Amino acid sequence: MPETPMSPTPMSQRHRITVTVNGQSHEREVESRRLLVDFLRDDLHLKGAHIGCEHGVCGTCTVLCNGESIRSCITFAVQADGAEITTVEALASGAVLHPLQEAFWEKQGLQCGFCTPGMLLRAYEMLQRDPDPDAATVREGIASNLCRCTGYQFIVDAVLDGAERMRAGASAAAASGSAETVDS
Amino acid sequence: MSVTETPKVASPERKWVGKSVRRVEDPKFLRGRGGYVGDFTLPGMLHVAVLRSPHAHARIVSIDVGQARSLRGVAAVLTGADAAQLCDPMPDFGPDPASHTWRCLAHEKVRYVGEGVAVVVAESRYVAEDAVELIDVEYEPLPVLVDPAEALVPGAPLVHEPLGSNVAYDRTFDFGEVERDFAEADLVVRDRLRWRRSGGQPLETVGSVADYDPASGMMTVHTNSVSFTSYLFMVAGTLKIPANKLDINPLPAGGSFGSKLFATKPTVIAGMCSKVTGRPVSYIEDRVDNISNCDHHGSDRLYDVELAVMRDGTLRGIKIDTIDDYGAYIQFGVGHHGNALAQVVGPYRIGSVQYRVRAVLTNKNQQGAYRGFGSEVNNWMLECVVDKAAREIGMDPVELRRKNFIQPDQFPYFIPTGNVYDSGDYDAVLDKALELGEYRHWRSEQQRLAAQGRHIGIGLITCQERSVFSATEFWFWFDEPGAPVTSMPESVTLKIDATGGVTATLYSCAFWGNSPETMVAQLAAEEFDVDPHDVTVAYQGTNQGLPATGPGGSRTTVMLAGAVKGASGKIKDKARQAAAHMLEISPDDLEWVGGGYQVKGLPDRRKSLAEIAVALHLFKHGFPDEVESGLEESKVYDHPYTTMPSDDRSDLGVFYPFMGHACHVAVVEVDVQTGQVTFPHYAAVHDCGTLVNPRSLAGHIVGGTAQGIGTALYEELVYDAEGQLVTSSFMDYLMPSAMEVPEIAIGHHETPSPYTSHGIKGGGEGGRMMAPAAINVAVNDALAPLGARITTLPMTPERILAAIDAANARPAG
Repeated sequence: MPETPMSPTPMSQRHRITVTVNGQSHEREVESRRLLVDFLRDDLHLKGAHIGCEHGVCGTCTVLCNGESIRSCITFAVQADGAEITTVEALASGAVLHPLQEAFWEKQGLQCGFCTPGMLLRAYEMLQRDPDPDAATVREGIASNLCRCTGYQFIVDAVLDGAERMRAGASAAAASGSAETVDS
Repeated sequence: MSVTETPKVASPERKWVGKSVRRVEDPKFLRGRGGYVGDFTLPGMLHVAVLRSPHAHARIVSIDVGQARSLRGVAAVLTGADAAQLCDPMPDFGPDPASHTWRCLAHEKVRYVGEGVAVVVAESRYVAEDAVELIDVEYEPLPVLVDPAEALVPGAPLVHEPLGSNVAYDRTFDFGEVERDFAEADLVVRDRLRWRRSGGQPLETVGSVADYDPASGMMTVHTNSVSFTSYLFMVAGTLKIPANKLDINPLPAGGSFGSKLFATKPTVIAGMCSKVTGRPVSYIEDRVDNISNCDHHGSDRLYDVELAVMRDGTLRGIKIDTIDDYGAYIQFGVGHHGNALAQVVGPYRIGSVQYRVRAVLTNKNQQGAYRGFGSEVNNWMLECVVDKAAREIGMDPVELRRKNFIQPDQFPYFIPTGNVYDSGDYDAVLDKALELGEYRHWRSEQQRLAAQGRHIGIGLITCQERSVFSATEFWFWFDEPGAPVTSMPESVTLKIDATGGVTATLYSCAFWGNSPETMVAQLAAEEFDVDPHDVTVAYQGTNQGLPATGPGGSRTTVMLAGAVKGASGKIKDKARQAAAHMLEISPDDLEWVGGGYQVKGLPDRRKSLAEIAVALHLFKHGFPDEVESGLEESKVYDHPYTTMPSDDRSDLGVFYPFMGHACHVAVVEVDVQTGQVTFPHYAAVHDCGTLVNPRSLAGHIVGGTAQGIGTALYEELVYDAEGQLVTSSFMDYLMPSAMEVPEIAIGHHETPSPYTSHGIKGGGEGGRMMAPAAINVAVNDALAPLGARITTLPMTPERILAAIDAANARPAG
């Protein structure tokens, strides 16, 4: 949504921020109160972060900030000044889905798709730290994000399958001397 | 009876139907490019925020919008009084809408916390919310009704004065020889049960972008709700525009679970604001809007039930008396109880039914639709009392159920209310569930662990899952027939382009997280021997669209299958004629093989669909005069099997005929110190007729079961004594996370319907229609040695501990 100047209050004071999103640097002027999720969705037109509960519980707005998952609906854009933000749009490269996305598709780790970007990024973060988790670890790891459709079972299957695909990809890349990163 | 579709024999040689292909919907969602209503923008679009009532019941004395209007960036501020001028009352299927008038904003008085009082339209949502803060409303509080029993007392405060009471509907129906069956019964098992209100809570709220063109008078809407396209004249009426000037374009819904069936408030508010401002307007509910003022609050019932039982376990008759707390309005009437009556006797040969329903109005948000639409509550009630009966006569609960099953050779089986069960094999489902649920193993574990002081309970329930509603269930409540039987159509257009590519067009807001595109793609692939992922699926707005009803009542796949079959048949007829002309042979000598027509017995004399299509698209003059260019056909598919109720309503007719069935086995452990319930094991076996995509159905079963776990243990929309909604955020309204939902063992059984294309039955709601019953029965099984029994959902730790305390306080024996 476009911003409209109004009578200056502390929350509507404007700040110039520089945020790196999916590897690209953006310099913008924002109100103090502008939420990061609105900044991403409306100023940068990256619609993958969704607005679910608007109070930090459901996790549909999850993005990575310097590699760590955050709730962009309860984070101000000014808090991301100088940070590196990763959104779901960074996962696929062109026509090729990320192995984790492929796994979610294959195992039907989604139904309505609304929690999916947040769930993918949370799973990606988890697998960066623990590339070979068991099902119980995955369940605990994704308990941060609500899904109202799937009952989580196929998401757990998908994350385990995605982990396997990512490990296979990593060892293939190591063999050929290249490295896969989400920000490339 | 009006069977309009010839029963079909299931083909054993299906290529795509029955395969768990990857869903065709998914690539856009995986990329974050879902195209939801929040992603949709138009140039110059304004944004709405709504001021909501902090009072449950109050007269609006005055509203001062001066400051709000003068805020920079505000385009308009409209109060309930303005809205009452700009709009007629909301579309309402209730018993007597004139006596409980429902408007898009409250007018003169507010009737629940969260009811809209005024709206601000502004350049951004931020400014709109700033301006909402500047509106000053003076309220005069009125006495508040939150207890439906109190609402029944004569002299109680009135939610709607013109109604003269708080009872919107009260009637008792008798089906079969109820009094005889009770007189002849060996014993009558009685139960009092309370199902408290929970809601669908999709992660995406309802939203609408409306764009009114004053030049043409056209109102174009983009929304994630409003599926009943044949009923849009009602929405147009509310907006005071001609029905042919309203064009509603569907957007994918980020979850619905029923709540987006016909959620008209956002469209009416956005449309009204667009008319006033002359600009496109977006209104997307925020979370508080959606929880406190929505269409997804589910049933809220108190039951007094009596079951007539013989000593040998035979179930004879049932008397059900239910009070349902509808909240302040009753937009869907008592259709929720029509759902219950569709399968009121479950899978059992119960010969007679008495059903009394009192629909009571209170100062709460109105009920809408939530997965099961009231039949899940009946399933739970019936299984609780059947289980109690087994305990009272000392019979094994599995054997009691099995003894009363309707048998495979009894279908089609008419239950006492008049609805038909088309087919089923309940013993087969039960046997599979006993195995998958490891029933014997857990019975022995239960004994072993009891010796260690642990409380394991096993809940086995056998329930129905009605599918494909006919809307007679909304009007058979009244003696005057509102109409002949309703057709509730669904339409599909199939187009074969000049290269042989297939495009399917849908006409309702069909995507809610279900898989309508995958279903249509698989069904069309089955007809034309193409890969489902090569089928393009598109949606058409209503103004140029065909009749459609959309999802709801687990109807989508059955109805889309009928429409695809019909449209494919027309295309194949035309293609056969064309191929015959091209091959200079009689059409009767051709057969469809491998994606084209070929001469019987001569596989090398053939025309592929692409060859036929290019000829029909580009070279029409090579065909006889009566052949028109192109290869595109539509089918409007009407409900295939529905009949009229009898005049005296002792028989409600056939209105929900394709009857799925399931058996859930829930194994729970109850921690009697904390009241916590966990699941050592859970199994679900469903029979939804022929499966189109087993994995997508399994997804529904698990997801629905997770919601049923929420309903059984955690979720409740709590109103306090002042009518404040205590659970108005996801902090307070507890939904299961991955830690609360166990791994579900899923089994499928297939008893094809004789009345539908491919023998498909609906299956979108089954998990939630079964799980609350299974879990309650399991918890009661765990608590039985303590003499405690839970009769209220959700079974929160507090309620479980209170039941144990109450049992301990009772004198022994």
